[in-house]
Amino acid sequence: MRPSASGSRTSGTTRVVLVTGVSRFLGARVADTLQADPSIERVIGVDTVAPTLPLGRTEFVRIDIRTPSIAKIINAAEVDTVVHLHLVTMAAAGRLKSKEQNVIGTMQLLAACQRSPAMRKVVVRSSAAVYGSSGHDPAVFSETDEPVRPPASGYAKDAVEVEGYVRGLARRRSDLTVSVLRFANFLGPHVDNPLSRYFRMPVVATVLGFDPRLQFVHEDDGVEVLRRMATEDHPGTYNVAGDGVVLLSQALRRAGRPALPLPAPALQTLGDVGRRFGGLKGFSPELLRWLTYGRVLDTERLAGELAWRPKYSSEEAFTDFADSQGLGHGLPAGLLDRLAGAVGGKR
Amino acid sequence: MRPEAQVIPLNTDAAEHLVREPRGLDHKVASALQFVRRRLTGEYEIDEFGFDPELNENVLLPLLRPLYERWFRVEMFGMEHVPDTGPALVVGNHSGTLPIDGVMLQVGLHDDHPAHRNLRLLGADLVYQVPVLAHLARKSGHTLACQADASRLLAQDQLVGVFPEGFKGVGKPFSERYRLQRFGRGGFVATALRAQVPIIPCAIVGAEEIYPKIADLKPLARLLGFPYFPVTPTWPLFGLLGLVPLPSKWMIAFGEPIRTDRYDPAQADDHMTVFNLTDQVRETIQNMLFDVLRQRGPAFLRA
Repeated sequence: MRPSASGSRTSGTTRVVLVTGVSRFLGARVADTLQADPSIERVIGVDTVAPTLPLGRTEFVRIDIRTPSIAKIINAAEVDTVVHLHLVTMAAAGRLKSKEQNVIGTMQLLAACQRSPAMRKVVVRSSAAVYGSSGHDPAVFSETDEPVRPPASGYAKDAVEVEGYVRGLARRRSDLTVSVLRFANFLGPHVDNPLSRYFRMPVVATVLGFDPRLQFVHEDDGVEVLRRMATEDHPGTYNVAGDGVVLLSQALRRAGRPALPLPAPALQTLGDVGRRFGGLKGFSPELLRWLTYGRVLDTERLAGELAWRPKYSSEEAFTDFADSQGLGHGLPAGLLDRLAGAVGGKR
Repeated sequence: MRPEAQVIPLNTDAAEHLVREPRGLDHKVASALQFVRRRLTGEYEIDEFGFDPELNENVLLPLLRPLYERWFRVEMFGMEHVPDTGPALVVGNHSGTLPIDGVMLQVGLHDDHPAHRNLRLLGADLVYQVPVLAHLARKSGHTLACQADASRLLAQDQLVGVFPEGFKGVGKPFSERYRLQRFGRGGFVATALRAQVPIIPCAIVGAEEIYPKIADLKPLARLLGFPYFPVTPTWPLFGLLGLVPLPSKWMIAFGEPIRTDRYDPAQADDHMTVFNLTDQVRETIQNMLFDVLRQRGPAFLRA
């Protein structure tokens, strides 16, 4: 952990932290980071399945947050900080189940938080998908902007509903510090999500005639933001994304991936087939819209609040991901280098 | 693969080429190869609006330049009214059935302005629904006409261009040529007031004659989701050939900037101020239009 990153607003009252969704990548990384902080007495991780990554001194409790038993844990352990990372963005278990996990789970969890006298802080992982994605969007979304075309389905809609319940909690328990983080798409060497799978396709299908502006947040930066939010007080809603913008065409060229432009309906069909038979679970209509129109976030509010900039720009996050996957420039770049070398060799 | 057009910049400066050969040729080939390499490997920067200056400079503008120089023989006037640096809002009349006036204005400000300014146009959202056009417009530096984007560009010291008439202007019948339509709700004035940037009135003469719209097939337009479906003397009569614009003579003039820093930014919410200022801008452009039109004379007889 970088000592320089610990801010001046560190509160000494983060004692017992509950991390939801701890068996998945982001939850595991955050729990692992928090348990390494000696000022935190206990880190409790909950999820419906057993964790696959080592969690150090994190206490794992196998529990379904959709049941009231979550309240028992919160009360018994006198949890004062909840880091809610349960948002399922990859519909691995079918849409209905993930919606239940996302929305009903959040309702149960927030209800428990509301009842708990020891509760001080709630940090919620949301998604930039709440802004939707359409050709009518402004170029850049800031936190106060309403979506032009709100998401109508999928985890994006879940995230909108989750944020609604979180606002309700903040209203009813004004003594709580409530932070909502709208993350751009995660990328990094260890990230496994619909997007990373998309970029790993042998030939990457794109939407014919569109070249979306994309932003990525590197896993390390995402974990760092969540750590700061959990250990310090930063109430409010924040966009989280790497600096700068990458076009899809540009990203694919950087990774040396061949692109195959297809009309949008064909791409959706391909995605449906891939979801059923291939490794492409989670190729959702939201992802397709994002790959058509893209989305850019204004991250100034977060930068100002934390006095911090992401270590990786969007482009660097992508490069780090591409390098770790062994993707890279193919034949044309090498050939051009040799040609340029031959021409410039005389000088 | 990239189109051949990318090699065009090589030949732009033929004189220099002659003086510096053969080493100059080597140099040019090498730099062209480097350019192609950068494009193929994605090693270029774009801004948050999707503006790709390298592509714009080396591919998109060279493609438009023949239209600007040869076909429409565009002449620019009053360039001194456009600042070399800092934000400003260029407000122009819109005409021509297809928004070619916007891109000609862009080429003119880039090529003929001493500071080679990039014009960032605010376009209708229809543009951003249309495949290919959507991302080419962004790569060329343009964005959606909305208050947020306009303010953001001005805050970044950009030169922003807007056509307040919108579809009412660009799609008006030939019989109403050079008569300004309603200027929306004055949103552009409110934005300029808030940002305290000058409004530069701009009159574009010549675009009215490129596709004289003599009729509008409204049911077909509704079917296709277009704001209008024009009938010109050549379209749709001659099919795709009818899409070739008529080679009218163009003149683009900028007027004295209208300062907004004499107002309080809070007056952006005062409708009376905004309406008055909107009317002032509109009248200025209308008068400029008549002047420039008189100066140009007949549309097709001048070189």
